[in-house]
Amino acid sequence: MARLDLRKKLSILADAAKYDASCSSSGTSKRDSVGGKGIGSTEGMGICHAYTPDGRCISLLKILLTNFCIYDCAYCINRASSNVERARFDVDEVVDLTLNFYRRNYIEGLFLSSGIIRSGDYTMEQLVLVAKTLREVHDFRGYIHLKLIPEADPKLVEMAGLYADRLSANIELPRDEALARLAPQKDVAVIKKAMSQVRLGVEAARPAKRDKIKPPKFAPGGQSTQLIIGADGAPDTEILDRSASLYGGYGLRRVYYSAFSPIPDSSSVLPLSKPPLMREHRLYQADWLMRFYGFSAPEIGEGAAGGMLDLAVDPKLAWALNKRAQFPVDVNRAPREMLLRVPGLGVKAVDRIVSVRRYRTLRLEDVGRLTRSVAKVRPFITALDWTPGALTDAADLKARVTSRSPEQLSLF
Amino acid sequence: MKTAVLASETDFDGWRVAARALRLAGVEPVAARFVVAGADGQGGLFDIPYSAHPRESGDERNRDEFTVPAAFVDLARDVILHRSADRFDLMYRLLWRLRDEPDLTKVVSDRDVADAMERARNVSRSSHKMKAFVRFRQTHDAHGEAWVAWFEPAHRVVERTAPFFQRRFTTMRWSILTPDGSAHWDTETLSFGPPATRDMAPAEDEIEAFWKTYYASTFNPARLKLKTMQGEMPKSYWKNLPEAALIPGLTAASQGRTEAMVATPAPAPNARFMRAVARDLHAARPDAEVVPADLAEVERGVQACRRCPLYRDATQGVCGEGPKAARLMIVGEQPGDQEDLAGRPFVGPAGQVLDEALEEAGVDRVDVYVTNAVKHFKHEPRGKRRLHRTPDAGEVTACRWWLDAERRLVQPKLVLALGATAGLALLGRKPAVIRERGQALTLDDGSVGMLTVHPAYLLRLPDRAAQSEARRAFVEDLSAARHLIG
Repeated sequence: MARLDLRKKLSILADAAKYDASCSSSGTSKRDSVGGKGIGSTEGMGICHAYTPDGRCISLLKILLTNFCIYDCAYCINRASSNVERARFDVDEVVDLTLNFYRRNYIEGLFLSSGIIRSGDYTMEQLVLVAKTLREVHDFRGYIHLKLIPEADPKLVEMAGLYADRLSANIELPRDEALARLAPQKDVAVIKKAMSQVRLGVEAARPAKRDKIKPPKFAPGGQSTQLIIGADGAPDTEILDRSASLYGGYGLRRVYYSAFSPIPDSSSVLPLSKPPLMREHRLYQADWLMRFYGFSAPEIGEGAAGGMLDLAVDPKLAWALNKRAQFPVDVNRAPREMLLRVPGLGVKAVDRIVSVRRYRTLRLEDVGRLTRSVAKVRPFITALDWTPGALTDAADLKARVTSRSPEQLSLF
Repeated sequence: MKTAVLASETDFDGWRVAARALRLAGVEPVAARFVVAGADGQGGLFDIPYSAHPRESGDERNRDEFTVPAAFVDLARDVILHRSADRFDLMYRLLWRLRDEPDLTKVVSDRDVADAMERARNVSRSSHKMKAFVRFRQTHDAHGEAWVAWFEPAHRVVERTAPFFQRRFTTMRWSILTPDGSAHWDTETLSFGPPATRDMAPAEDEIEAFWKTYYASTFNPARLKLKTMQGEMPKSYWKNLPEAALIPGLTAASQGRTEAMVATPAPAPNARFMRAVARDLHAARPDAEVVPADLAEVERGVQACRRCPLYRDATQGVCGEGPKAARLMIVGEQPGDQEDLAGRPFVGPAGQVLDEALEEAGVDRVDVYVTNAVKHFKHEPRGKRRLHRTPDAGEVTACRWWLDAERRLVQPKLVLALGATAGLALLGRKPAVIRERGQALTLDDGSVGMLTVHPAYLLRLPDRAAQSEARRAFVEDLSAARHLIG
């Protein structure tokens, strides 16, 4: 009977947690259970143990400790004014579920968040207690991601960093004004201060060369945040500026973008419609360009009309179509940074090109074997036996390289 | 045609020995054949039976022996786990070509190399998917609790992947059964056994019901993306994943659930909320136009300040720090990266220079009120860093509201401005710092001011001699300030 109750709770508290897009279990310190009393390992690369039909992976058991909440954030299914069914786990129930799932190889670990009950401090204490029990009582060495309650005492944040691989505090709304309006009890300044503390903690835990004794670990998987897309009026360029500012300021590993999704029992202040999935996808691509391709947010903005990324083409292609004078690029000579700007060439393809051209002069066919689709790359490169001629400047180039319609990702 | 016999489908060592012998004998790839012993009831005579070959040993090196790059050996080790029938031939062809093209493994655009690498990637992916998709079920035997999984890997990766499970589940007794063979860990030793069948694994596990509940609940019906799911979790794996049975039902219901959510009008907020929370909602924010009556009000006001847009990308406003009746006030330009994070002025590299110089000049920092002309950090993000940008006259003017309040409340005997921006905030004009430094200046409210360089300027000077000269002059200015306040 008690078991049935637990399943019901799991159902409510997993449903309540699913609007947080983060699921990563990568990038933490390497460790395993050899020589330990418990189970668990992390080996650098994250593992996605299952995928649901929404295309999102299940890497961690992502649940809330409770969905009772004293805050009333309009976009949130768990806001105080919602009529959604409420539940609360005991600390031990979360610990048992995590270990039971982990032993069966369903998950990489736990991602625990919570509605705010009583106070920020109390809530954070409970989250830390779960992580502490897993680590200290069960010697659990799998992945733990804890949500930060930004209002909580810095001492609790410090403890959280001791037990967790990753910490995150969600900014949620790209516009501060919107946050003030839609989440009146949240304060963006408090969230940023919590992120500051995490960055300073991570930096302090990085051992200096001459340190004989290593400082204690602090959130070795770093921190992340989430921005909801389409709930406030922020255009893409504003969102990307916000991301760039967060990456630069707090050393975030990831900014997650979450298309605002209809929720049961929704608030009347927000538009209800299908989530803008393609827009979300383009923002992720733009985010990648900033992190791995040397693009700045303003550069990506140059290819965005009215502040919005083109839904029909990816942001790198949009940028290149605007900057045709910089093309074609010679794959046999161009520096790596320039190759990274060629539409259709990913980081891996570029690295392969740079490595192979030390031994062979590349033909178009060779490039074709190093990348996924040579059709998209062709107008922007020259190779030993290939020059695009007038193709680079063709008026209908955009149409030619986008044979696939942007509708392919639409919902139904 | 020369034929080599390998002990098993994954007999890398056997292939390596045979391939070397064939290569040394000059047998061209088209004339070489590799078969696995026992497969297809093969019998008859073989040119290079695996049992006849001595394993590698260092002292019998043939003068014809040749070396291959370590990368090739690693590549071959992976490719041989691929299920394709011609994998041994492909790798032999590459080996054959390596003698004339020693860099071949690096030419990843080559047809054979690209093919081999693609297969190695598939093998590696298959191993990764095994780490992801093995599902243990709990069972009990004479020795107690044990964990058993039935799994069908895309390629022959059981032995390669088993050590991962050993490292992860060191304290559990487990077995992974597959059609290729099985792996067992008894908490001390990892061993491998013969192929198994599905019925040798437990048929159920009571926790699976919870797992399915979780799977169904974490799915968001409003964002159906079946292709993405199938790309990452190919259908071939579904039959051994308990949760996959839910996919058709969840998919079918998603449209109806989404439409219902979109169509349902927003309900009335719940009653408990209206009683308990709603009235606390719109708490008053400090009014930025009210003239602050003490330093605590300055602090609160700066945190709420929207007089210029710099607050947006900064973490927090950084107010001055020091005794409220300090005789010396030092004004810097603006907080930097470290100050922005810590919420305190002059705690970063420039702060260290200032502290050292103050000490040398005989000034105790705890007696000084230290602040900045602009209270928020103006910067530009560059990857994982923030580059300092100089605040413009508009931002300096907007922020004078706070600096003026601090001056009015602290009433120092002397205000020392570090650098041109602080000078601008103090004098209302852009000063020539180097020319005007070190002299007492009368400020518009009748108080005394002085200019010197910003300590960050000392950090930027490239050569050591210029740096130490500038530092000496800086300390001199600080000493002059100390004399002025008596």
